[in-house]
Amino acid sequence: MLRIACPWCGPRAEIEFSYGGEAHIALPEAADALDDAAWAQYLFMRTNPKGRHLERWVHTHGCRRWFNVVRDTASERIAAVYQPGAEPPEDAR
Amino acid sequence: MNRYSIFTLARNALSHHEHWQRAWRSPEPQRRYDVVIVGGGGHGLATAYYLAKEHGVRSIAVLERGLIGLGNSGRNTTIVRSNYLWDESAHLYEHSLKLWEGLSRRLNFNVMFSQRGVLNLAHNLHDLRELRRRVNANRLNAIDSDILTTQEVQRMVPALNCAADARYPVLGASLQRRGGTARHDAVVWGFARAADALGVDIIQNCEVTAIRQRDRRVTGVETTRGSIAADKLGVVVAGHASVLAQMAEIRLPIESHPLQALVSEPIKPVLDTVVMSNAVHVYVSQSDKGELVIGAGIDAYNSYSQRGSFPVVEASVSALVELFPSFRRLKMLRQWAGIVDVCPDASPIISKTPVRGLYFNCGWGTGGFKATPGSGHVFAHTIARDEPHALNAAFALERFTTGALVDEHGAAAVAH
Repeated sequence: MLRIACPWCGPRAEIEFSYGGEAHIALPEAADALDDAAWAQYLFMRTNPKGRHLERWVHTHGCRRWFNVVRDTASERIAAVYQPGAEPPEDAR
Repeated sequence: MNRYSIFTLARNALSHHEHWQRAWRSPEPQRRYDVVIVGGGGHGLATAYYLAKEHGVRSIAVLERGLIGLGNSGRNTTIVRSNYLWDESAHLYEHSLKLWEGLSRRLNFNVMFSQRGVLNLAHNLHDLRELRRRVNANRLNAIDSDILTTQEVQRMVPALNCAADARYPVLGASLQRRGGTARHDAVVWGFARAADALGVDIIQNCEVTAIRQRDRRVTGVETTRGSIAADKLGVVVAGHASVLAQMAEIRLPIESHPLQALVSEPIKPVLDTVVMSNAVHVYVSQSDKGELVIGAGIDAYNSYSQRGSFPVVEASVSALVELFPSFRRLKMLRQWAGIVDVCPDASPIISKTPVRGLYFNCGWGTGGFKATPGSGHVFAHTIARDEPHALNAAFALERFTTGALVDEHGAAAVAH
Protein backbone atom coordinates (compact mmCIF):
# COMPACT_ATOMS: atom_id res chain seq x y z
CA MET A 1 0.00 0.00 0.00
CA LEU A 2 1.20 3.50 -0.80
CA ARG A 3 1.76 6.11 1.88
CA ILE A 4 1.03 9.48 0.42
CA ALA A 5 1.98 12.77 2.03
CA CYS A 6 -0.95 15.12 1.53
CA PRO A 7 0.52 18.67 1.37
CA TRP A 8 -2.11 19.80 3.89
CA CYS A 9 -2.63 16.79 6.16
CA GLY A 10 0.70 14.96 6.09
CA PRO A 11 1.38 11.29 5.41
CA ARG A 12 -1.70 9.07 5.23
CA ALA A 13 -2.61 5.62 3.92
CA GLU A 14 -3.49 5.20 0.26
CA ILE A 15 -7.11 4.26 1.04
CA GLU A 16 -7.84 7.84 2.08
CA PHE A 17 -7.04 9.07 -1.42
CA SER A 18 -8.46 8.79 -4.92
CA TYR A 19 -6.34 8.75 -8.03
CA GLY A 20 -6.85 11.39 -10.69
CA GLY A 21 -4.62 10.23 -13.52
CA GLU A 22 -1.83 12.04 -15.32
CA ALA A 23 -1.24 15.62 -14.20
CA HIS A 24 -0.73 18.77 -16.31
CA ILE A 25 -3.25 17.84 -18.99
CA ALA A 26 -4.88 21.20 -19.57
CA LEU A 27 -7.86 21.85 -21.77
CA PRO A 28 -6.34 23.42 -24.88
CA GLU A 29 -7.06 27.06 -25.43
CA ALA A 30 -9.54 27.85 -28.21
CA ALA A 31 -11.09 24.44 -27.67
CA ASP A 32 -13.86 25.21 -30.15
CA ALA A 33 -11.26 25.39 -32.93
CA LEU A 34 -9.64 22.01 -32.21
CA ASP A 35 -9.68 19.32 -34.86
CA ASP A 36 -10.48 15.66 -34.05
CA ALA A 37 -6.84 14.64 -33.77
CA ALA A 38 -6.14 17.36 -31.20
CA TRP A 39 -9.22 16.34 -29.23
CA ALA A 40 -8.02 12.73 -29.25
CA GLN A 41 -4.67 13.85 -27.87
CA TYR A 42 -6.33 15.81 -25.10
CA LEU A 43 -9.02 13.28 -24.19
CA PHE A 44 -7.35 9.91 -24.62
CA MET A 45 -3.61 9.89 -25.26
CA ARG A 46 -1.46 9.43 -22.17
CA THR A 47 2.25 9.27 -21.45
CA ASN A 48 1.98 6.16 -19.23
CA PRO A 49 5.73 6.04 -18.51
CA LYS A 50 7.61 3.26 -16.81
CA GLY A 51 9.41 5.43 -14.28
CA ARG A 52 8.72 8.99 -13.08
CA HIS A 53 5.04 9.83 -13.45
CA LEU A 54 3.44 13.18 -12.68
CA GLU A 55 -0.05 12.45 -11.41
CA ARG A 56 -3.02 13.91 -9.55
CA TRP A 57 -4.47 12.66 -6.29
CA VAL A 58 -7.31 13.93 -4.14
CA HIS A 59 -7.55 13.43 -0.38
CA THR A 60 -11.13 12.12 -0.58
CA HIS A 61 -11.45 11.01 3.02
CA GLY A 62 -9.49 13.92 4.44
CA CYS A 63 -9.24 17.55 3.36
CA ARG A 64 -10.76 16.73 -0.07
CA ARG A 65 -8.16 18.85 -1.81
CA TRP A 66 -6.32 18.00 -5.02
CA PHE A 67 -2.54 17.91 -5.35
CA ASN A 68 0.15 16.47 -7.58
CA VAL A 69 2.57 13.63 -6.93
CA VAL A 70 5.80 12.52 -8.59
CA ARG A 71 5.82 8.73 -8.34
CA ASP A 72 7.98 6.07 -9.95
CA THR A 73 5.59 3.58 -11.58
CA ALA A 74 8.20 0.81 -11.53
CA SER A 75 9.34 1.10 -7.89
CA GLU A 76 6.23 2.85 -6.44
CA ARG A 77 8.55 5.32 -4.71
CA ILE A 78 7.07 8.80 -4.28
CA ALA A 79 9.72 11.41 -5.04
CA ALA A 80 7.74 14.57 -4.34
CA VAL A 81 4.34 16.04 -3.64
CA TYR A 82 3.44 19.49 -4.91
CA GLN A 83 0.52 21.85 -5.19
CA PRO A 84 -1.88 21.86 -8.13
CA GLY A 85 -0.96 24.45 -10.70
CA ALA A 86 2.69 24.40 -9.62
CA GLU A 87 5.53 22.99 -11.67
CA PRO A 88 7.07 19.75 -10.36
CA PRO A 89 10.10 20.36 -8.10
CA GLU A 90 13.38 20.54 -10.03
CA ASP A 91 15.05 17.60 -8.26
CA ALA A 92 12.03 15.31 -8.71
CA ARG A 93 11.54 15.74 -12.45
CA MET B 1 8.03 -32.13 -34.17
CA ASN B 2 7.20 -35.45 -32.54
CA ARG B 3 3.46 -35.70 -32.21
CA TYR B 4 2.06 -36.31 -28.76
CA SER B 5 -0.28 -39.30 -28.49
CA ILE B 6 -1.18 -42.13 -26.17
CA PHE B 7 1.46 -44.23 -27.96
CA THR B 8 4.31 -41.74 -27.50
CA LEU B 9 3.23 -41.36 -23.89
CA ALA B 10 3.45 -45.12 -23.37
CA ARG B 11 6.76 -45.38 -25.22
CA ASN B 12 8.31 -42.57 -23.18
CA ALA B 13 6.99 -44.05 -19.97
CA LEU B 14 9.21 -47.07 -20.66
CA SER B 15 12.27 -44.78 -20.63
CA HIS B 16 11.11 -42.93 -17.51
CA HIS B 17 10.14 -39.85 -19.57
CA GLU B 18 13.78 -38.86 -19.96
CA HIS B 19 13.88 -38.75 -23.75
CA TRP B 20 11.07 -36.40 -24.72
CA GLN B 21 12.04 -34.08 -27.52
CA ARG B 22 12.34 -30.45 -26.42
CA ALA B 23 9.03 -28.71 -27.11
CA TRP B 24 10.75 -25.79 -28.87
CA ARG B 25 14.29 -24.85 -29.87
CA SER B 26 16.32 -22.00 -28.37
CA PRO B 27 17.91 -20.55 -31.50
CA GLU B 28 20.39 -17.69 -31.72
CA PRO B 29 18.72 -14.64 -33.28
CA GLN B 30 19.35 -14.23 -37.00
CA ARG B 31 20.34 -10.87 -38.43
CA ARG B 32 17.07 -10.40 -40.26
CA TYR B 33 13.49 -11.69 -40.35
CA ASP B 34 10.48 -10.94 -42.52
CA VAL B 35 8.35 -10.46 -39.42
CA VAL B 36 9.44 -9.87 -35.85
CA ILE B 37 6.86 -10.21 -33.08
CA VAL B 38 7.75 -8.44 -29.84
CA GLY B 39 6.26 -10.26 -26.86
CA GLY B 40 6.31 -13.99 -26.17
CA GLY B 41 3.01 -14.29 -24.37
CA GLY B 42 0.03 -16.22 -25.61
CA HIS B 43 -1.03 -13.46 -28.02
CA GLY B 44 2.44 -13.05 -29.53
CA LEU B 45 3.03 -16.76 -29.98
CA ALA B 46 -0.46 -17.24 -31.42
CA THR B 47 0.27 -14.42 -33.87
CA ALA B 48 3.49 -16.10 -34.97
CA TYR B 49 1.73 -19.46 -35.28
CA TYR B 50 -1.06 -18.12 -37.50
CA LEU B 51 1.41 -16.06 -39.57
CA ALA B 52 3.31 -19.26 -40.35
CA LYS B 53 0.30 -21.54 -40.60
CA GLU B 54 -2.22 -19.47 -42.52
CA HIS B 55 -0.20 -16.79 -44.28
CA GLY B 56 2.85 -18.80 -45.28
CA VAL B 57 5.34 -16.37 -43.73
CA ARG B 58 8.54 -18.38 -43.41
CA SER B 59 10.90 -16.07 -41.57
CA ILE B 60 9.44 -15.11 -38.18
CA ALA B 61 10.97 -14.40 -34.80
CA VAL B 62 9.22 -13.92 -31.47
CA LEU B 63 11.31 -11.81 -29.08
CA GLU B 64 10.61 -12.22 -25.39
CA ARG B 65 12.16 -10.06 -22.66
CA GLY B 66 12.23 -12.91 -20.12
CA LEU B 67 10.87 -16.40 -20.58
CA ILE B 68 7.75 -17.04 -22.60
CA GLY B 69 4.49 -16.98 -20.72
CA LEU B 70 5.84 -15.33 -17.58
CA GLY B 71 4.04 -12.03 -18.13
CA ASN B 72 0.28 -11.70 -18.13
CA SER B 73 -0.11 -15.11 -19.80
CA GLY B 74 0.99 -16.62 -16.51
CA ARG B 75 -0.76 -14.08 -14.32
CA ASN B 76 -4.40 -14.27 -15.27
CA THR B 77 -7.40 -16.18 -13.97
CA THR B 78 -7.80 -18.22 -17.19
CA ILE B 79 -11.43 -17.35 -17.88
CA VAL B 80 -12.73 -17.77 -21.41
CA ARG B 81 -16.10 -16.38 -22.59
CA SER B 82 -17.54 -14.30 -25.41
CA ASN B 83 -20.65 -12.66 -23.94
CA TYR B 84 -19.78 -9.08 -24.89
CA LEU B 85 -22.40 -6.43 -25.54
CA TRP B 86 -21.54 -4.72 -28.82
CA ASP B 87 -21.49 -6.49 -32.18
CA GLU B 88 -17.83 -5.66 -32.86
CA SER B 89 -16.57 -7.20 -29.61
CA ALA B 90 -19.06 -10.06 -29.63
CA HIS B 91 -17.85 -11.11 -33.08
CA LEU B 92 -14.19 -10.82 -32.12
CA TYR B 93 -14.47 -12.74 -28.83
CA GLU B 94 -16.81 -15.33 -30.34
CA HIS B 95 -14.26 -15.87 -33.12
CA SER B 96 -11.73 -16.52 -30.39
CA LEU B 97 -14.04 -18.87 -28.48
CA LYS B 98 -14.60 -20.90 -31.64
CA LEU B 99 -10.83 -21.20 -32.03
CA TRP B 100 -10.55 -22.37 -28.41
CA GLU B 101 -12.97 -25.18 -29.27
CA GLY B 102 -10.68 -27.65 -31.01
CA LEU B 103 -7.46 -25.82 -30.19
CA SER B 104 -5.97 -28.79 -28.30
CA ARG B 105 -6.42 -31.00 -31.35
CA ARG B 106 -5.03 -28.44 -33.78
CA LEU B 107 -1.98 -27.69 -31.64
CA ASN B 108 -1.55 -31.35 -30.61
CA PHE B 109 -1.21 -30.00 -27.09
CA ASN B 110 -3.80 -30.32 -24.35
CA VAL B 111 -4.68 -26.75 -23.38
CA MET B 112 -7.20 -28.17 -20.89
CA PHE B 113 -10.00 -26.04 -22.26
CA SER B 114 -12.92 -26.78 -19.99
CA GLN B 115 -16.32 -25.40 -21.00
CA ARG B 116 -17.69 -25.42 -17.49
CA GLY B 117 -19.84 -22.34 -17.97
CA VAL B 118 -19.44 -18.76 -16.80
CA LEU B 119 -21.98 -17.15 -14.48
CA ASN B 120 -22.33 -13.39 -14.07
CA LEU B 121 -24.29 -12.58 -10.94
CA ALA B 122 -26.88 -9.83 -10.55
CA HIS B 123 -27.19 -8.35 -7.08
CA ASN B 124 -29.75 -5.67 -7.76
CA LEU B 125 -32.43 -4.77 -10.25
CA HIS B 126 -30.10 -2.70 -12.37
CA ASP B 127 -27.57 -5.55 -12.63
CA LEU B 128 -30.38 -7.85 -13.72
CA ARG B 129 -31.60 -5.46 -16.40
CA GLU B 130 -28.07 -4.97 -17.71
CA LEU B 131 -27.53 -8.73 -17.82
CA ARG B 132 -30.84 -9.24 -19.65
CA ARG B 133 -29.85 -6.62 -22.16
CA ARG B 134 -26.48 -8.30 -22.70
CA VAL B 135 -28.01 -11.78 -22.96
CA ASN B 136 -30.43 -10.51 -25.59
CA ALA B 137 -27.61 -8.82 -27.49
CA ASN B 138 -25.56 -12.04 -27.31
CA ARG B 139 -28.43 -14.09 -28.68
CA LEU B 140 -28.84 -11.72 -31.61
CA ASN B 141 -25.18 -12.46 -32.34
CA ALA B 142 -25.78 -16.23 -32.07
CA ILE B 143 -23.78 -16.45 -28.83
CA ASP B 144 -25.21 -18.88 -26.30
CA SER B 145 -26.44 -16.99 -23.29
CA ASP B 146 -29.16 -17.55 -20.72
CA ILE B 147 -30.68 -15.85 -17.71
CA LEU B 148 -30.95 -18.00 -14.61
CA THR B 149 -33.27 -17.40 -11.67
CA THR B 150 -31.98 -17.36 -8.11
CA GLN B 151 -33.14 -20.96 -7.63
CA GLU B 152 -31.36 -22.10 -10.79
CA VAL B 153 -28.17 -20.38 -9.68
CA GLN B 154 -28.41 -22.01 -6.27
CA ARG B 155 -28.88 -25.45 -7.82
CA MET B 156 -25.85 -24.93 -10.01
CA VAL B 157 -23.64 -23.48 -7.27
CA PRO B 158 -24.69 -24.92 -3.90
CA ALA B 159 -21.90 -23.15 -2.03
CA LEU B 160 -23.13 -19.70 -3.10
CA ASN B 161 -25.08 -17.72 -0.52
CA CYS B 162 -28.38 -17.05 -2.29
CA ALA B 163 -30.34 -16.18 0.85
CA ALA B 164 -32.67 -13.21 0.56
CA ASP B 165 -30.98 -11.46 3.48
CA ALA B 166 -27.44 -11.95 2.16
CA ARG B 167 -25.13 -8.94 2.03
CA TYR B 168 -25.08 -9.36 -1.76
CA PRO B 169 -28.40 -11.03 -2.62
CA VAL B 170 -28.36 -13.02 -5.86
CA LEU B 171 -31.32 -11.92 -7.96
CA GLY B 172 -30.26 -14.00 -10.93
CA ALA B 173 -27.35 -14.50 -13.26
CA SER B 174 -26.39 -14.79 -16.88
CA LEU B 175 -24.83 -18.04 -17.98
CA GLN B 176 -22.68 -18.73 -20.99
CA ARG B 177 -22.40 -22.50 -21.07
CA ARG B 178 -19.66 -22.55 -23.70
CA GLY B 179 -17.48 -20.33 -21.53
CA GLY B 180 -15.07 -21.76 -19.01
CA THR B 181 -11.39 -21.95 -18.29
CA ALA B 182 -8.20 -23.16 -19.94
CA ARG B 183 -4.75 -23.94 -18.63
CA HIS B 184 -2.80 -20.69 -19.12
CA ASP B 185 0.69 -22.23 -19.34
CA ALA B 186 -0.47 -24.93 -21.72
CA VAL B 187 -1.83 -22.32 -24.13
CA VAL B 188 1.55 -20.59 -24.24
CA TRP B 189 3.48 -23.84 -24.54
CA GLY B 190 1.08 -25.25 -27.12
CA PHE B 191 1.38 -22.21 -29.39
CA ALA B 192 5.15 -22.05 -28.84
CA ARG B 193 5.62 -25.70 -29.78
CA ALA B 194 3.34 -25.47 -32.82
CA ALA B 195 4.95 -22.22 -34.00
CA ASP B 196 8.44 -23.62 -33.50
CA ALA B 197 7.51 -26.66 -35.57
CA LEU B 198 6.59 -24.28 -38.40
CA GLY B 199 10.05 -22.68 -38.23
CA VAL B 200 9.35 -19.70 -35.96
CA ASP B 201 12.40 -18.68 -33.92
CA ILE B 202 11.39 -18.12 -30.29
CA ILE B 203 14.12 -15.98 -28.76
CA GLN B 204 13.95 -15.63 -25.00
CA ASN B 205 15.84 -13.27 -22.71
CA CYS B 206 15.89 -10.76 -25.55
CA GLU B 207 14.57 -7.34 -24.61
CA VAL B 208 13.83 -4.77 -27.28
CA THR B 209 15.60 -1.50 -26.44
CA ALA B 210 14.84 0.55 -29.56
CA ILE B 211 12.74 0.46 -32.70
CA ARG B 212 14.63 1.46 -35.83
CA GLN B 213 12.80 3.31 -38.56
CA ARG B 214 13.61 5.31 -41.68
CA ASP B 215 11.15 7.82 -43.16
CA ARG B 216 8.46 6.52 -40.83
CA ARG B 217 8.98 2.95 -42.01
CA VAL B 218 10.17 0.17 -39.69
CA THR B 219 13.58 -1.29 -40.44
CA GLY B 220 14.21 -3.38 -37.33
CA VAL B 221 14.86 -3.42 -33.62
CA GLU B 222 17.77 -3.06 -31.24
CA THR B 223 17.77 -5.71 -28.57
CA THR B 224 19.87 -6.86 -25.66
CA ARG B 225 21.04 -9.61 -28.01
CA GLY B 226 22.02 -7.33 -30.89
CA SER B 227 20.31 -5.65 -33.85
CA ILE B 228 17.66 -7.52 -35.76
CA ALA B 229 16.37 -6.22 -39.07
CA ALA B 230 12.73 -6.74 -39.94
CA ASP B 231 10.32 -5.77 -42.71
CA LYS B 232 7.41 -5.86 -40.35
CA LEU B 233 7.17 -5.52 -36.61
CA GLY B 234 4.22 -6.68 -34.55
CA VAL B 235 4.17 -5.43 -30.97
CA VAL B 236 2.00 -7.34 -28.51
CA VAL B 237 3.41 -6.63 -25.06
CA ALA B 238 0.34 -5.93 -22.90
CA GLY B 239 1.31 -3.65 -19.98
CA HIS B 240 4.44 -2.40 -21.72
CA ALA B 241 2.65 -1.22 -24.87
CA SER B 242 3.25 2.45 -24.04
CA VAL B 243 6.96 1.82 -23.47
CA LEU B 244 7.33 0.26 -26.92
CA ALA B 245 5.12 2.92 -28.48
CA GLN B 246 7.37 5.61 -27.08
CA MET B 247 10.32 3.97 -28.86
CA ALA B 248 8.44 4.53 -32.12
CA GLU B 249 7.33 8.04 -31.11
CA ILE B 250 3.66 7.09 -30.99
CA ARG B 251 1.24 8.05 -28.25
CA LEU B 252 -1.32 5.48 -27.15
CA PRO B 253 -4.56 5.96 -25.21
CA ILE B 254 -3.40 3.34 -22.75
CA GLU B 255 -2.62 3.33 -19.06
CA SER B 256 -1.00 0.39 -17.27
CA HIS B 257 -2.48 -0.83 -14.02
CA PRO B 258 -1.85 -3.80 -11.73
CA LEU B 259 -4.60 -6.42 -11.79
CA GLN B 260 -4.35 -8.72 -8.80
CA ALA B 261 -5.29 -12.32 -8.35
CA LEU B 262 -4.75 -14.92 -5.68
CA VAL B 263 -4.94 -18.63 -5.18
CA SER B 264 -6.16 -20.58 -2.15
CA GLU B 265 -4.88 -23.81 -0.72
CA PRO B 266 -6.19 -26.81 -2.70
CA ILE B 267 -9.48 -28.27 -1.51
CA LYS B 268 -11.87 -30.96 -2.70
CA PRO B 269 -14.16 -30.10 -5.62
CA VAL B 270 -16.60 -27.41 -4.52
CA LEU B 271 -17.14 -25.24 -7.59
CA ASP B 272 -17.50 -26.68 -11.09
CA THR B 273 -18.19 -23.46 -12.94
CA VAL B 274 -16.90 -19.87 -13.04
CA VAL B 275 -18.70 -17.32 -10.87
CA MET B 276 -18.20 -13.64 -11.59
CA SER B 277 -19.71 -10.61 -9.97
CA ASN B 278 -19.12 -7.27 -11.61
CA ALA B 279 -20.81 -5.32 -8.84
CA VAL B 280 -18.51 -6.53 -6.07
CA HIS B 281 -15.42 -7.01 -8.27
CA VAL B 282 -14.65 -10.63 -7.62
CA TYR B 283 -14.59 -13.76 -9.74
CA VAL B 284 -13.69 -17.28 -8.80
CA SER B 285 -13.20 -20.73 -10.26
CA GLN B 286 -11.57 -23.92 -9.03
CA SER B 287 -8.52 -25.26 -10.80
CA ASP B 288 -7.98 -28.92 -11.53
CA LYS B 289 -5.50 -28.97 -8.65
CA GLY B 290 -8.30 -27.90 -6.31
CA GLU B 291 -7.10 -24.37 -5.68
CA LEU B 292 -9.64 -21.57 -5.84
CA VAL B 293 -8.45 -19.02 -8.38
CA ILE B 294 -9.71 -15.62 -7.30
CA GLY B 295 -9.51 -12.45 -9.30
CA ALA B 296 -9.69 -8.94 -7.88
CA GLY B 297 -10.16 -5.53 -9.45
CA ILE B 298 -7.45 -3.27 -10.81
CA ASP B 299 -5.52 -0.81 -8.70
CA ALA B 300 -6.60 2.69 -9.68
CA TYR B 301 -3.14 4.14 -10.19
CA ASN B 302 -0.68 3.59 -13.07
CA SER B 303 1.96 1.03 -12.25
CA TYR B 304 4.41 -1.43 -13.76
CA SER B 305 5.37 -3.04 -10.47
CA GLN B 306 3.39 -6.34 -10.69
CA ARG B 307 2.45 -6.03 -7.01
CA GLY B 308 -0.64 -3.97 -6.39
CA SER B 309 -2.01 -2.69 -3.11
CA PHE B 310 -3.50 -4.74 -0.30
CA PRO B 311 -6.85 -2.87 -0.01
CA VAL B 312 -7.83 -4.10 -3.49
CA VAL B 313 -7.33 -7.73 -2.47
CA GLU B 314 -9.06 -7.11 0.82
CA ALA B 315 -12.13 -5.68 -0.92
CA SER B 316 -12.38 -8.65 -3.27
CA VAL B 317 -11.84 -11.29 -0.61
CA SER B 318 -14.35 -9.69 1.75
CA ALA B 319 -16.90 -9.78 -1.07
CA LEU B 320 -15.97 -13.37 -1.83
CA VAL B 321 -16.62 -14.60 1.70
CA GLU B 322 -20.00 -12.87 1.66
CA LEU B 323 -20.85 -14.76 -1.53
CA PHE B 324 -19.32 -18.05 -0.36
CA PRO B 325 -19.41 -18.14 3.45
CA SER B 326 -17.72 -21.57 3.46
CA PHE B 327 -14.56 -20.05 1.91
CA ARG B 328 -14.00 -18.05 5.09
CA ARG B 329 -11.52 -20.51 6.58
CA LEU B 330 -9.38 -20.95 3.48
CA LYS B 331 -5.77 -19.88 3.50
CA MET B 332 -4.44 -18.04 0.48
CA LEU B 333 -1.23 -19.45 -0.96
CA ARG B 334 -0.15 -16.92 -3.54
CA GLN B 335 -0.99 -13.40 -4.63
CA TRP B 336 0.31 -11.58 -7.67
CA ALA B 337 -0.47 -8.79 -10.10
CA GLY B 338 -0.27 -8.62 -13.85
CA ILE B 339 0.21 -5.26 -15.54
CA VAL B 340 -2.80 -4.70 -17.74
CA ASP B 341 -2.99 -2.16 -20.56
CA VAL B 342 -6.30 -0.42 -20.09
CA CYS B 343 -7.99 1.47 -22.93
CA PRO B 344 -10.53 4.25 -22.28
CA ASP B 345 -13.30 2.14 -23.89
CA ALA B 346 -12.18 -1.22 -22.40
CA SER B 347 -11.66 -2.60 -25.90
CA PRO B 348 -8.41 -3.65 -27.52
CA ILE B 349 -6.37 -1.92 -30.20
CA ILE B 350 -5.37 -4.26 -33.05
CA SER B 351 -4.09 -1.85 -35.56
CA LYS B 352 -1.70 -0.45 -38.09
CA THR B 353 0.15 2.64 -36.86
CA PRO B 354 1.45 5.89 -38.36
CA VAL B 355 4.76 4.02 -38.85
CA ARG B 356 4.59 1.74 -41.91
CA GLY B 357 5.34 -1.88 -41.13
CA LEU B 358 4.65 -1.37 -37.43
CA TYR B 359 1.56 -2.98 -35.92
CA PHE B 360 0.26 -2.83 -32.38
CA ASN B 361 -1.94 -5.33 -30.59
CA CYS B 362 -2.66 -3.97 -27.12
CA GLY B 363 -5.25 -2.50 -24.82
CA TRP B 364 -6.78 -5.86 -23.86
CA GLY B 365 -6.86 -4.54 -20.34
CA THR B 366 -8.33 -6.93 -17.84
CA GLY B 367 -9.61 -9.48 -20.34
CA GLY B 368 -6.95 -10.58 -22.79
CA PHE B 369 -6.57 -14.24 -21.94
CA LYS B 370 -9.89 -15.32 -23.42
CA ALA B 371 -8.94 -13.70 -26.70
CA THR B 372 -5.56 -15.40 -27.10
CA PRO B 373 -6.23 -17.48 -30.24
CA GLY B 374 -8.58 -14.96 -31.84
CA SER B 375 -6.26 -12.04 -31.17
CA GLY B 376 -3.33 -13.90 -32.71
CA HIS B 377 -5.45 -14.94 -35.67
CA VAL B 378 -6.67 -11.47 -36.66
CA PHE B 379 -3.35 -9.79 -35.79
CA ALA B 380 -1.51 -12.24 -38.07
CA HIS B 381 -3.94 -11.30 -40.84
CA THR B 382 -3.39 -7.58 -40.17
CA ILE B 383 0.39 -7.99 -40.38
CA ALA B 384 0.47 -10.34 -43.36
CA ARG B 385 -1.99 -8.37 -45.50
CA ASP B 386 -1.13 -4.93 -44.16
CA GLU B 387 -4.85 -4.40 -43.61
CA PRO B 388 -7.14 -5.39 -40.76
CA HIS B 389 -9.22 -8.55 -40.76
CA ALA B 390 -12.94 -7.78 -40.96
CA LEU B 391 -13.16 -8.69 -37.27
CA ASN B 392 -10.62 -6.16 -36.05
CA ALA B 393 -11.32 -3.28 -38.43
CA ALA B 394 -13.34 -1.56 -35.68
CA PHE B 395 -10.42 -1.87 -33.26
CA ALA B 396 -8.05 0.49 -35.05
CA LEU B 397 -6.14 3.23 -33.29
CA GLU B 398 -8.08 5.79 -35.37
CA ARG B 399 -11.25 5.17 -33.39
CA PHE B 400 -9.98 7.54 -30.73
CA THR B 401 -9.89 10.29 -33.34
CA THR B 402 -13.15 9.46 -35.08
CA GLY B 403 -14.95 8.84 -31.79
CA ALA B 404 -16.22 5.39 -32.86
CA LEU B 405 -15.36 3.83 -29.51
CA VAL B 406 -16.46 0.30 -28.59
CA ASP B 407 -17.52 0.85 -25.01
CA GLU B 408 -17.34 -2.51 -23.25
CA HIS B 409 -16.92 -1.43 -19.65
CA GLY B 410 -20.01 -3.41 -18.67
CA ALA B 411 -19.09 -6.67 -20.36
CA ALA B 412 -15.35 -6.40 -19.90
CA ALA B 413 -15.93 -6.12 -16.18
CA VAL B 414 -12.75 -6.85 -14.27
CA ALA B 415 -12.07 -10.38 -15.39
CA HIS B 416 -9.04 -11.74 -17.11
